[in-house]
Amino acid sequence: MEAVVFIFSLIDGCALIFLSVYFIITLSDLECDYINARSCCSKLNKWVVPKLTGHTIVPILMLISLHWFIFLLNLPVATWNIYQFIMVPSGNMGVFDPTEIHNQGQLKTHMKEAMIKLGFHLLCFFMYLYSMILALINDLTWKEMLKLGVLHYSEQLRSQK
Amino acid sequence: MSAPAGAPHPHAAASARIPPRLGAPAPAGPGPRYQNGPAQNQMQFPPGYGLHPQGYGVPSGLYSQGPGKSTPLPLESQYGTDYYSGHYTVPTQNVTLAPGPSTMNMQLGSQQVYGRGPLAPQTVGSTPGSFPGSVASSASHLHTGRPQPYSSFDNHYNSPVIPSANSSIASQGFPLTSGHYAMSTASGAVYPSVSYPSVPAGDPYGQVFTSQSTSVITQFKENSFPGQNTAISHPQQQQQQQQQQQQQQQQSPMGYNTSSWATPGLQSTQDNLTQNHIGSLATVGNPSSADSSSCPGKQNIQLPKTSSAPPTVSSGSVSARKQPTTDQATNPVVSGIQPPELLLQEGMQYGGYVNNQASSAPTPSSSTSDDEEEEEEDEEAAIDSSSTTSSASPVPNSFDVLEGGTYPGETMDTLSSSTSSPAPALSVPQATKPAKPFGYGYPTLQPGYQNVGLGSGTQPSNPAYSGFQQYAQQYPGMNQLSSSLSGLSLQHSSQQPESLRPVNLTQDRNILPVTPVLAPVPNLSSDLKKLNCNPHSFRCTLTNIPQTQALLNKAKLPLGLLLHPFRDLTQLPVITSSTIVRCRSCRTYINPFVSFIDQRRWKCNLCYRVNDVPEEFMYNPLIRSYGEPHKRPEVQNSTVEFIASSDYMLRPPQPAVYLFVLDVSHNAVEAGYLTIVCQSLLENLDKLPGDSRTRIGFITFDSTVHFYNLQEGLSQPQMLIVSDIDDIFLPTPDSLLVNLHESKELIKDLLNALPNMFTYTRETHSALGPALQAAFKLMSPTGGRVSVFQTQLPSLGAGLLQSREDPNQRSSTKVVQHLGPATDFYKKLALDCSGQQTAVDLFLLSSQYSDLASLACMSKYSAGCIYYYPSFHHTHNPSQAEKLQKDLKRYLTRKIGFEAVMRIRCTKGLSIHTFHGNFFVRSTDLLSLANINPDAGFAVQMSIEENLTDTSLVCFQTALLYTSSKGERRIRVHTLCLPVVSSLADVYAGVDVQAAICLLANMAVDRSISSSLSDARDALVNAVVDSLSAYSQTSSNSQQSALIAPTSLKLFPLYVLALLKQKAFRTGTSTRLDDRVFAMCQMKCQPLIHLMKIIHPNLYRIDKLTDEGAIHVNDRIVPQPPLQKLSAEKLTREGAFLMDAGSVIYIWIGKSCDNNFIKDVLGYPDYASVPPKLTHLPELDTLYSERTRSFLSWLIDNRPLSPVLHVIKDESPAKTDFFQHLVEDRTEAAFSYYEFLLHVQQQICK
Repeated sequence: MEAVVFIFSLIDGCALIFLSVYFIITLSDLECDYINARSCCSKLNKWVVPKLTGHTIVPILMLISLHWFIFLLNLPVATWNIYQFIMVPSGNMGVFDPTEIHNQGQLKTHMKEAMIKLGFHLLCFFMYLYSMILALINDLTWKEMLKLGVLHYSEQLRSQK
Repeated sequence: MSAPAGAPHPHAAASARIPPRLGAPAPAGPGPRYQNGPAQNQMQFPPGYGLHPQGYGVPSGLYSQGPGKSTPLPLESQYGTDYYSGHYTVPTQNVTLAPGPSTMNMQLGSQQVYGRGPLAPQTVGSTPGSFPGSVASSASHLHTGRPQPYSSFDNHYNSPVIPSANSSIASQGFPLTSGHYAMSTASGAVYPSVSYPSVPAGDPYGQVFTSQSTSVITQFKENSFPGQNTAISHPQQQQQQQQQQQQQQQQSPMGYNTSSWATPGLQSTQDNLTQNHIGSLATVGNPSSADSSSCPGKQNIQLPKTSSAPPTVSSGSVSARKQPTTDQATNPVVSGIQPPELLLQEGMQYGGYVNNQASSAPTPSSSTSDDEEEEEEDEEAAIDSSSTTSSASPVPNSFDVLEGGTYPGETMDTLSSSTSSPAPALSVPQATKPAKPFGYGYPTLQPGYQNVGLGSGTQPSNPAYSGFQQYAQQYPGMNQLSSSLSGLSLQHSSQQPESLRPVNLTQDRNILPVTPVLAPVPNLSSDLKKLNCNPHSFRCTLTNIPQTQALLNKAKLPLGLLLHPFRDLTQLPVITSSTIVRCRSCRTYINPFVSFIDQRRWKCNLCYRVNDVPEEFMYNPLIRSYGEPHKRPEVQNSTVEFIASSDYMLRPPQPAVYLFVLDVSHNAVEAGYLTIVCQSLLENLDKLPGDSRTRIGFITFDSTVHFYNLQEGLSQPQMLIVSDIDDIFLPTPDSLLVNLHESKELIKDLLNALPNMFTYTRETHSALGPALQAAFKLMSPTGGRVSVFQTQLPSLGAGLLQSREDPNQRSSTKVVQHLGPATDFYKKLALDCSGQQTAVDLFLLSSQYSDLASLACMSKYSAGCIYYYPSFHHTHNPSQAEKLQKDLKRYLTRKIGFEAVMRIRCTKGLSIHTFHGNFFVRSTDLLSLANINPDAGFAVQMSIEENLTDTSLVCFQTALLYTSSKGERRIRVHTLCLPVVSSLADVYAGVDVQAAICLLANMAVDRSISSSLSDARDALVNAVVDSLSAYSQTSSNSQQSALIAPTSLKLFPLYVLALLKQKAFRTGTSTRLDDRVFAMCQMKCQPLIHLMKIIHPNLYRIDKLTDEGAIHVNDRIVPQPPLQKLSAEKLTREGAFLMDAGSVIYIWIGKSCDNNFIKDVLGYPDYASVPPKLTHLPELDTLYSERTRSFLSWLIDNRPLSPVLHVIKDESPAKTDFFQHLVEDRTEAAFSYYEFLLHVQQQICK
C-alpha cells in the first residue's frame, strides 16, 4: 500500500516536473519574443488547473497515509498555488493574464516561480523515489524478494566480491 | 573610412601646411597675425575642416592622428598648440561661418538678406562680439531677446531652422558663406570633409565675398563667435575671455580670428583643452567646433525658425517670421545669382564639393524636389511663399499639413520640423537652441556654471556631431574629462539656483510660477539640446539619468518616460527611402545621436554595434551631395517619419474602416444622443480620414442586434434584425460594411432616418456584448475602428453586467471596491479585436451606473479611447450635449493610424518595467495598437538593470509603425537623449516634476486597481515623503525643522496633493464609481500636457486683462495673465476668474464683480441679470470682450479636445464644481496644502 502511494506520488512528481519545464520554456519563449503574450498565456492557463490538482493531490495522499514530513513539505506549495488561483481578479483571464504579464516584472516573477517549483519538484521526486524504494523493500517479504531476484542479485554481487 | 578618409586626408595635409604658417605668424605679432589671419582663416578652415571630416570619419583617433600628420609643421610644442588651436579655431570658424551670417547682419546691417529675422541672432552675435564671449552671456542674451517661453521654444526650433538659415544664407549670396555654411552646418555632418575643402576655397570666398563685403565680414565675426563659443564650452572661461578679447580685437581688423587663435592666450586654453584631450583632442576639437558651429547655426537658425514658427511665436517672433519669409524669398533669388559663384568655388574645389555647393544653392530654393525633406520645406514654404512651389510636390502627404494644429506645442514642433525641413541636414542638430535650455534650466547660472555645463554639454554635443559616444568610448580620456566636468558642475551646485536651490516649502507660500511650468531641458551640450526630441512628444521624469539602480533607489523618484508619439505636428520631416537605416542587432533607427565612425560606418547609440552605412544613405537628396551621411535628415531630426517599404507590412495596408455601434434602447432614445451623433456624422462624413477605399458600417442594438445593408444600388437602407443574441451571426457579410463614396447617399439616408427610427421603442434591455461580437466579426477581415455608443449597463447576452455600485459607499473613506472589471469578457473581446487590428472606442453616455470599469476594458486593450458623459441628456444637460458634439467633431476628423505597433527601445542597461496606456503589450517592448490617434498618451516605467557607468548619454527611441488613413505604411520615430549622472544632487537637479507626477498618477491607478485605493493614496504621499527626506539627507545643511525641497521638486507636494484630490483618488467626497473609474482611465491615456491641466488646473484672473506681456498669435493679441494659486484666497468678490481644467473651462464671477466686465464681456447689464447657466461668451465689440475671447480661444486652440465653457456665478450651485478644483484649500475630507506640508514634514521626521 505504502509503495502504491509513493509510486503514484512519483508519477505525479514526474508530471509536475515536466509541467514546470513546460512553463519555463513557454515563459522564456515569451521573454525572447518567440510567441506573443496572448498565446503564451492561453497555453499556460490551460495547465494551471492540472498543475494545481497535481500539487494538491500529493499532500492529501500523504495526509491520508500519515506521512507527516512530506505532507508538511508539500503543504505550503499547495496552499500557495490555491491562493494564487483564487486570488485572480475577476477581470483577469487566469493566473497568467496577457495584458499584465509584461508589467511590473510579472514575467520575471512567473519565471522565478517556475524555476523554484522545478527545483522543489526535483527534490520531491527524489524523495518519493527513495521513499518508494524503501516502502517497496519494507513491503516485500523475503520470499517475494527472492522471487523477484532482488535478494538473489545482491547476494550474487556479494559473492562476486 | 578608406575612401572618404582618403579624400579628407589631402585636405588635412593642405590644412596642416597652412596651420604651421599660422602658428608661425601668431608668434610673429599682431600685424602679421592679422594678415595671416584672414588668409589663415580661410586656409585654416579648410584644414580644420579636413581634419574635422577625418576626425569624424575616424572619430577622435583620426583627429589626433590627422593633426599630427597634417601638423607636421608644428613640431614645436607651441606649434602643436597652435596647431590645435588652429583646429579649434577652424572648427569654430566653421561654426562661425554659420553664425557669421547672423553676425554679418548685425555688423553690416546687411539685414536685408538676413532680415530682421536675424534680430535675435544679431543680438547674440553682438553679444559675442562685445563680450569675451561667454556662451552663457550669449545664451542669456538670446533669452532676453525672447522673453516669452514660446520664443524660447522657438529658439529650440530655431536651431533646427538654422539649417534653413544656412541654406538661405548660402542662397542669399553668400555663396561662399553658403558653401561654408553648408559645410559648417554640416559640420556635424561636416564630415563632408569635402565641403570643408571648399572652405579653403573659402579663400576664394573671401574674395568673392569681398565683393559682397558684408558676407565676408560676417564670416569673420562668426569666426570670432565660434571661438567664443568654444571658449565657453571649455571650463576656462577667463582664458577664453582673454582669447575672445584678443579675437575681438583681431576681429575688429577683420575678424581674423585665426590670428587671434594663434595668440598664446588662446593657445594656452586650447592647449589645456588639447592636453586634456590629447587622446581625444579630436573629439574636443570637434565638440568645440561643433558647438561653435552649432551656436552660429543656432543663431542663424533662429531666424528661420521664427519664420516657420509664426503661429505660436510671440510678437517679437512674429516679426521675425515675416522677415524670414522675405529672407527666403530673397534667398531663392540670391541663389540664382550665387550659383555662378558657387560654380567658381566648385571649380576651385573638389568635384564632390561641387555637388555640395550645387545642392546648397538649390536647397534654399527647393525648386528641385528633394523627396522627403521637402515636406519640411513645404511647411516652411507655407510660410514663405517662395518655397511653396518646390515643397509641395515632393511631400508625400499633406498629412502633416492637414494635421497641423495651431497648438503652440505643435507649432513648436512644426517649427522644429520646419526648421529641420528647410535645412534638413543642417538644421536639425542645431534645432534646439542652447539658449532655451540655459535660460530655462539654469537661468541664474553663473558663468562658471554655464561654462561647466557647456563643457559637459559639449562632450555630449559631440554625439550630435555624431560621435560623442564614440569619442567617449574610444578615448577614455573623454569620459574622465566629462566626469571631471560633471564634478565641476556639482561643485558649482550652489550656482544652480534654479534646479537645486533649496526652497523652504513651509515658508515659501508662492511657489507656483506665474507662467506655465515648462519641461526642464536636459543638461546636454547645446548641439544635443537642439537635436533633442520635443518635450511635448517625449519626456522623461528624470532629465539626468542616474548611473545605477542604487542611485535611483536613493533618489526615491520614479524613472519613466511620457510619450505622446502621434501628436499632431504641423511639420515633420518625412523620408522616403528604399532602405531605412537601422542597427543590425537592435533594429534601432538611425538617429541624430548615433556616431559616425567614418563615412561608411556608424555606431548604434543603443547597443553600440558598429553598422555599415548603406550606399544609398551616402547620398543626401536634400542637398544633393554625396558622402555626407550625417547630413541626412534622419540624422538631423530627432523626430522623423519614414515611408515604409513592403518589408514593414504583413499584409497590404488596410483601408480606413469605421463601424458605429449605437445603443438604441429606450434609455438611449430618451437621452437623445442619436441626433447629435448622426448630425455630427453627416457633417463630417466627407472629412473622415481615408481614401477611396474607406468603408463604413452601422450596427444598432437594444435587446436585438440590427444591421444595415447599405449596398450600393439599394433604394434605401435595409435593416436586418438578428434576435439570436446567444449565437450572433452576420446576416449578409458583404454588404454591411460599404464603401463610403459609393454608398454615400444611402448612408446619408440612414443617418437622417436613424434618430427617428426608434422614437417609440419600449425596449429597455441592452445586448452590448452580442453587438460587440457582431462588430468584431464584421471587422475582423480588415481591421479598423469600432465606435461604441452605450447608455446603460449591458443587460443581455454575453458580457452582461450587474450593478456593483453601492451609492452609500460613494463617499466612503475606507474601501472603494469594484475598480477592476467584473468579467473578462470585454478584455477577451478587446484582445481578439486587437489581434484583428480593430480598436474599440467607447462613448459612455449614461445617467446611472454603467460599470465603466468593466466596459472600459474593451477600449483599454484594443488601443481605443474612452469618452464619458455622465448624466447625458440632450436637453436637460446641454453642456454635455455640446461637449459630445465638439468631441465627435474632433474624433471623426482627427488623424488616425491603423494596424499600428509601437516599440520603445532604450540604451543597453535600461529596461522597461511597466507600460501605461491603452494598448496590448505583445512582447517585452512591443505595443500593439490597433489604432493610434493623436490624442493618445503613453507612459512607461523604466528600471536600470546594468550600471551605466561606461556611458555618459542614454537614448530612448520610440518607433511607431502605422498605416495612414491613405493606406501608406509609415514609421514615426522619436529619439530622446539624456545625460547620465552619478550624483544624487544631479539627479534632483534634473527632475521633471510634471512628468514625474503623471507617471505617479499612472502608477497609482495601477495600484488602486490591483491593491486598493488607500494603498495608492499612501503610496502617493510616501512618494513625496521619501523623495523629500532623501533630498534633505543629501543636502548637508538640512534644517530638521524646515521642509526643504530643491527648486526642481518644489511643486511636487502641491501636485501630489492635487492628485489626491482628483476624482480618481479622492476619498471622503461623494464620487460616483464611474466618475472615478473614468478619471483613472484619463490618467492612463491622456498625454502629459492635458493630464497636467486636469490634475492642476490653471487659474487666471480675467477681469482686468491687459496687453502687458501679451503674445501675438495669428495676428491676434493674446493677453497672458499670470497664473494664480488654486486657492480661494486668490478669489475676490470683485474679480472674475478663469479656470482651465483641461476638459472644462470655468469662468467664475464674483458677486461684486466690476459691472464693466459683465457688460463688456458677458453682455449683461449687471451681475444679477447674468443667467446661472452660461456656456458662451458673446462676441461683443469691446476691447475687454475681444481680449477675453482671444485669450479663451487661445487656451482652447491649445488642445485637441475642445473644452466646455461654464460661466459660474458665485451663488450658483455649480460653483462646487469650480471650488473642488481649488486644491490648495481645505475640504472636509482632505488637507489644505499647508496642512499637507505639515503632514509630510511629520512623516519625514518620524
